[in-house]
Amino acid sequence: MDLYKYDVVIVGSGIAGLRAALQAAWTGRGRLSIAILTKVHAMRSHSVSAEGGMSAVLYPDKTGDSLDLHAYDTVKGSDFLADQDAVELLVRLAPEEVRLLDRLGVPWTREPDGRIAQRPFGGMTIPRTTFAADKTGFFIMSTLYNNVLRFDKVHIYHEHFVTKVVIENGEFRGVVALDLKTGELRAFRAKAGILAAGGSGRMYRLTTMAHSSTGEIYGFALREGLPLKDMEFVQFHPTALVPSGILISEAARGEGGYLVNREGERFMQRYAPQRMELAPRDIISRAIVTEIMEGRGLTDPESGMGHVLLDLRHLGERKLNERIPFIRELAIKYVGVDPLKEPIPVRPAVHYIMGGIHTDTYGRVLDVGGNWVRGLWAAGEVASVSVHGANRLGSNSLSECAVWGRLTGEEAAKYSMGLAEPTIDESFRESVKAEEKRIYDGLLHSEGGTVSVYEVRRRMQDIMEDHVGIFRHGSQLGEAAAMLKRLREEARSMRLDDRGKAYNQNLRDLLEVDGMLDAVMAVVAGAYARTESRGAHYRTDYSKRDDANWLKHTLAYMRGGSLELAYVPVRITKWQPEERKY
Amino acid sequence: MVSVTLRVRRQVAGEGRWQVYKVEAASEKATVLDLLLKVKEEQDPTLALRYSCRMAICGSCGMVINGRPMLACQTKLSDLGSTDISVEPMWNYPVVKDLVTDMGEFFDKHRRVKPYMLRREEEIFEGGDEFRQRPEDVERYLDFAYCIFCGLCYSACPRVAENPEFLGPQALGQAARWIFDSRDRGAQERMRIVDGEDGLWSCHYIGSCSEVCPRGVEPAFAIQLLKMRAMRP
Ligand SMILES: Cc1cc2nc3c(=O)[nH]c(=O)nc-3n(C[C@H](O)[C@H](O)[C@H](O)COP(=O)(O)OP(=O)(O)OC[C@H]3O[C@@H](n4cnc5c(N)ncnc54)[C@H](O)[C@@H]3O)c2cc1C
Ligand code: SF4
Ligand code: FES
Repeated sequence: MDLYKYDVVIVGSGIAGLRAALQAAWTGRGRLSIAILTKVHAMRSHSVSAEGGMSAVLYPDKTGDSLDLHAYDTVKGSDFLADQDAVELLVRLAPEEVRLLDRLGVPWTREPDGRIAQRPFGGMTIPRTTFAADKTGFFIMSTLYNNVLRFDKVHIYHEHFVTKVVIENGEFRGVVALDLKTGELRAFRAKAGILAAGGSGRMYRLTTMAHSSTGEIYGFALREGLPLKDMEFVQFHPTALVPSGILISEAARGEGGYLVNREGERFMQRYAPQRMELAPRDIISRAIVTEIMEGRGLTDPESGMGHVLLDLRHLGERKLNERIPFIRELAIKYVGVDPLKEPIPVRPAVHYIMGGIHTDTYGRVLDVGGNWVRGLWAAGEVASVSVHGANRLGSNSLSECAVWGRLTGEEAAKYSMGLAEPTIDESFRESVKAEEKRIYDGLLHSEGGTVSVYEVRRRMQDIMEDHVGIFRHGSQLGEAAAMLKRLREEARSMRLDDRGKAYNQNLRDLLEVDGMLDAVMAVVAGAYARTESRGAHYRTDYSKRDDANWLKHTLAYMRGGSLELAYVPVRITKWQPEERKY
Repeated sequence: MVSVTLRVRRQVAGEGRWQVYKVEAASEKATVLDLLLKVKEEQDPTLALRYSCRMAICGSCGMVINGRPMLACQTKLSDLGSTDISVEPMWNYPVVKDLVTDMGEFFDKHRRVKPYMLRREEEIFEGGDEFRQRPEDVERYLDFAYCIFCGLCYSACPRVAENPEFLGPQALGQAARWIFDSRDRGAQERMRIVDGEDGLWSCHYIGSCSEVCPRGVEPAFAIQLLKMRAMRP
C-alpha cells in the first residue's frame, strides 16, 4: 500500500472542507502540505446544491439588524438546544466570511449601489440572507475550489473514499482511503486532520440531498469510539418536489410564495399566524403533514405521495427570473410545472442532520469524557458544535460551514506547524494492514455474500422513513431499533457482485451502507430515549418540550460493540429558554 | 409504465462492448440517470457511472446519449422522444470504466488559466471589507461563472479531438470569467496564457461547445470576446 505524509489532511471537499483547506494554506503561507480527500470529484460535493443563501449581519446601520438579534433568532429556532457561545461565534464571524467570499470572487447578487443584497428567510426576523441568485452554494463552492488551486501544496485527491480514520491513544494519526480509479488503498499519515464529510440524507427514502450524502463517516467515527451528538434531530425541509425530493428552496417563500392546501387555503395561518410561510422548518413540515393526514392535501397520481401546493404565480415573471430562476427551471424540468402558471406540488423531505461528531466550540473533536482527540477537528454538517440545536434555520448552514472551515483550518495549521515531521511507526502500519485485510480479503476477495447491497439500503431507508420521521412514537421507535439491529446482522453478509479493481462502485456502495447502518442506530437510540418534543424531534407520546429533564445534548457512542447514551449540558450565555411561538 | 431498451457502452481495461438492458420506467418523466441507477441496483451492480446531485448542478453525469453529449440527470424520456436509448462515455477523454472517464487532464487545463482572484493576497485574505460591484459589473461575467465543470463542451469539441494540446472551451471560458470580473487584476497575466496556438487560436468557432453546455455558459462566445481583446492594439 502507498503511504503518504502530510501536515494536514482534510476529509471532504464541500464548503467546509474547501474553506478549511484555504485557511490552512493561507495560515501556513503556502508552506504546509495539505491533502484534501473526497469521494467524488471535489467540485461535485453536495454543497453545490445549496440554493437559498448564507446568513450574516452585514449592514447593521442601514437595516437595524444586530449580532444579538441574529443570535437570538438562531437560539430560538434551535428550540434552545444550541450552545449559545457557539452561536455568538457564528454570528460574529459570518459577516467576515461573506466579505472574504466576495474578495475571493463570489458573484453575490447586488443592490444598485454595489452593496450585497439580502433576502428574508424562515425564522429570521430581519432579511439577512445573502445570496447569488438561487445557486448560492454552487457559487461559493466554485469560488473556493478555484481559489484553492492557487496553492501548489494543496493536493486534491479526487474520488478517494476514506474507509478508516486512524486514532491511537486518543490522538489522530491519519486516514486510509480507497482510490476508486485504481482500486488501490492508500494510507495518509498526518499531523492534523479535519473531518468535513457532510450530512446523510440518504439514510431516508425521500431526501433533498445528493446521492453522495450517505454519512458513513458517522459510522466510522463510532467505530473509533467517538461520540455522535444529538443525532435524533433530523431536519425535514417543507418543500421538496414530488416525487423526486429535489429541493424547492425556502427562497421561494422568502421572496413571497404561499403554501396552500387542496381547498386553496393558506393553512399556515392556523399554525404560525405571525410568521406564516416564514416560520421555522420544523413547524411548517409538521403543518404540511397534518394537512395531508387530515385529508386537506393532494395526491400525486404517479407515486401516490401526499402533498400540498407552493404558489408562486403572484410573484410575477421578473422576480421569478431574477431572484429564483433555478427554482423555475427545476419545476419545469422535473415535474413539468411552470410556477408562473401553476402551483408546484411539494412535501417535506429529509434535508439536514443537526447532530454530528461531538466537538467543542472551536470544532475540536471530543471523546465521551470531553477530552480533545489531539490533532482532530470536525467542521460543517458532519460536526455538531452545536449552533443548530434541535432545528436549524435556513441559511445558517453555509455560514457555519464557512466559519468552522476557517476556524478549524487555522487551528489545524498552527497545530501542525508546532510539530515535527510525523513518523510512520509500527502501530500505524498495523492499523493500515488490518484495514487492508478487511477490505481486500474480507470484502473484495471473499466469496459467499448473499444479500444485495441495494436491498439492504432500501430496507434501511424504509425503516427510517416510516418509523423515524416527522411524527414519532415510542413504540414505533422501539420497533425500528429492533428491525435495524436485525438488518445490521443480515448485512454482515452483503454480496459484492463486482470483483474488479477499477472504479468498483459496488464496493463503494457496500462500504457506504455498512457505515450508515451503524449511524442510523444513533438516530434511533437518541430519539427513543428523548421523551419530549423539541424542534425537529416530535414525539406524539410526549408532545411537550421538557426543559427540566431534557435541556441537554445526547451523546451516542459504541462500547464493546453496543451503543450507549450519555448526556452533556447545553451552554447558555444570554438567552434563557422561553416558549417558542411564531 | 414505459418499457425502455438501454444500450450501454461497457468498457473495462480497454475492451469495449455494447450491453443491452431492458428497464421499466415509471413514466416519461424518468431521466436517463433514473434508468441507469435502476439497472445498477436491480440487474447489474457492476455497471459504473458518475452521479451525485441528480438536479443538474454538480456536473457528474455527463455522457453521450443517443449520440449527443448531455447530462443524464436532466435528460428525460420525453426529451428524447424514444424508448431506444444508447449511452456511451463522453468523447475526448480516456475511459476508466464503462461510463466513467478520466477527467484529470481536463481539470489540469482549467487550473492552467489561473482561475482564481488575481490580486495582492494580503488584500484578499486580510482585507476586511468587500470589493464592491454594481449589478451591471456582475452581468459582465456572471454567465461564464455558471460553469459546473461537467466537461460536456470539451467532449463535443472537434478541435480538442484534433489537437489534444488545445486548452479547450471550458478552460478558456473560465479565463474569460475572471478576466471580465471587475474585482480581478490578472487580465494581462491570463491573456499571456491563453493567447497562443494551443489556446484561443485553436478555436475555429464551430460552436458545438455552446450548443451542448447545460448551463448556458456559451464558451464559444467567451472565446470570441477574448480573441477580440487579444487583437486590441
Ligand atoms: C438541496 C439543499 C439546499 C440547501 N440550501 C442551503 C442554503 O441555501 N443555505 C444553507 O445555509 N444551507 C443549505 N443547505 C444545507 C447545506 O447545503 C449543507 O449543510 C452544506 O452544504 C454541507 O456542507 P459540508 O461542507 O459540510 O459537506 P458537503 O458539501 O456535503 O460535502 C461532503 C464532502 O465529504 C466528502 N465525503 C463524504 N464521505 C466521504 C468518505 N467516506 N470519503 C471521502 N470523502 C467523503 C464528499 O465527497 C464531499 O466532498 C441545503 C441543503 C440541501 C440538501
Ligand atoms: S462550460 Fe458548460 S459544458 Fe463546459 S464544463 Fe462548463 S458547464 Fe459544462
Ligand atoms: S447528477 Fe449532478 S449533474 Fe447530473
